[in-house]
Amino acid sequence: MTRGGRAVGVTAAALLAGGVAGAADVEPDARRSGADFMAPETRAMQADDASNPGMLWVLEGERLWAEPAGPEGRACATCHGDAARTMRGVAARYPAFDNGSDRPVDLAGRIDQCRQARQGAPPLARESDPLLALTAYVAHQSRGMPVAPPGDTRLDPFRENGRRLFQQPLGQLGLACANCHDERWDGRLGGAPITQAHPTAYPLYRLEWQALGSLQRRLRNCMAGVRAEPLPFGAPELIELELHLMQRAAGMPMETPGVRP
Amino acid sequence: MIPWRVVPVVMLLSATTPASAMADDAIDAPLTGRPGDPARGERLVADRPKSLCTLCHTGPFPAPHLHGSIAPDLAGVGRRLTEGQIRLRVADMKRLNPASIMPAYGRPADDDPQRRVAAAWRGRPILDDGEIEDLVAYLVTLKE
Ligand code: HEC
Ligand code: HEC
Repeated sequence: MTRGGRAVGVTAAALLAGGVAGAADVEPDARRSGADFMAPETRAMQADDASNPGMLWVLEGERLWAEPAGPEGRACATCHGDAARTMRGVAARYPAFDNGSDRPVDLAGRIDQCRQARQGAPPLARESDPLLALTAYVAHQSRGMPVAPPGDTRLDPFRENGRRLFQQPLGQLGLACANCHDERWDGRLGGAPITQAHPTAYPLYRLEWQALGSLQRRLRNCMAGVRAEPLPFGAPELIELELHLMQRAAGMPMETPGVRP
Repeated sequence: MIPWRVVPVVMLLSATTPASAMADDAIDAPLTGRPGDPARGERLVADRPKSLCTLCHTGPFPAPHLHGSIAPDLAGVGRRLTEGQIRLRVADMKRLNPASIMPAYGRPADDDPQRRVAAAWRGRPILDDGEIEDLVAYLVTLKE
């Protein structure tokens, strides 16, 4: 699909040819980060660590990384040492297969697993500030590195389900993710550019939220937008969608913490 | 409430003489039995969270910077299409084009659990028949 082809001058014939059945992924050369669709001021805010509000969560994550938790007073750093070294590239490979549960786990899920099983500390709720901060801190260690989905074939059926979910019409409006993000990313929905839905900048600071939020929060927003019941945080299907999104974005640079309107 | 949704199609399909293409492409009678109010229709198009029209369409409506660009411009739609054609398109675009992204405003969404329709909207159409008639009455006035 060429950029501009679907913009204002769409013909009914072009629209008739659309629909999810023939949906194809965005072509590799045409892939663009959500940041590319933003106003120059918002891009500048993301690019400058001193003005990127997401860096506040990264700094808080750095503090939590070294803070002892649980009965034996172990910190993340006790086992993993210097995150700049040991966590480099990790976020670019997630979600990954988890041997314990025989399912894929995303980065926030893995961090919480470590916290409970290895630190013996109480769980951190999805979308809580400490879990977002730790996830942002770990993902920040991959900034600039290419998204590198694991080759692990045990992930294949889950990834395939994510692809299927991406094509599933949802909600009262009956729109699929692919309708907007594969087929109409060069258009606008109301005042907002649609974008290609790349997950490379999460967790990110959204001006509309006035806060850092996870990729799952974003996916739930899109679901609510088409008047669907959003999947609950941590739902297996959300992790499968994350797997599909990371596969679509393979090779694109990580940006955490991003800024979005 | 439902007759037009089923009966006309069945009648056309079973007719011994070929039906006119126009009839297949339009719902000629008002869904409520009487014409809508164009002023209410105009307000409804401008009420973005309720009608959603300008999420996708551009047109001669307020706040153009908040119009989407993924559907045809509705300027001049009253010149291009008849009242009945507009009624069919607003009430059930999918009958014309099953692959259209335009939701069928006049009937509840398919209750397939995979669609996860939010509880507040389950079993309900996006707009009621009176609201659809108001929109039709307004859109036919868009001649340029
Ligand atoms: C009706 C159109 C539409 C549908 C359907 C839709 N989205 Fe979105 N999505 C958007 C828009 C518009 C934005 C950008 C919002 C903004 O920045 O204000 C967005 C943003 C996103 C982003 C954030 C990208 C970034 O750079 O931060 C992701 C990821 C995403 N969507 C994934 C999905 C998934 C997965 C689904 C299906 C469950 C989905 N979307 C369904 C319109 C849609
Ligand atoms: C999610 C997107 C979307 C929404 C919301 C939407 N439409 Fe549409 N509409 C379309 C598309 C796409 C077409 C082109 C026809 C097709 O898809 O086959 C269309 C076509 C039309 C047409 C025929 C135009 C022509 O020139 O042939 C009319 C009339 C129309 N829409 C009216 C409305 C009204 C009124 C509303 C709100 C009550 C609305 N639409 C909401 C996407 C949308």
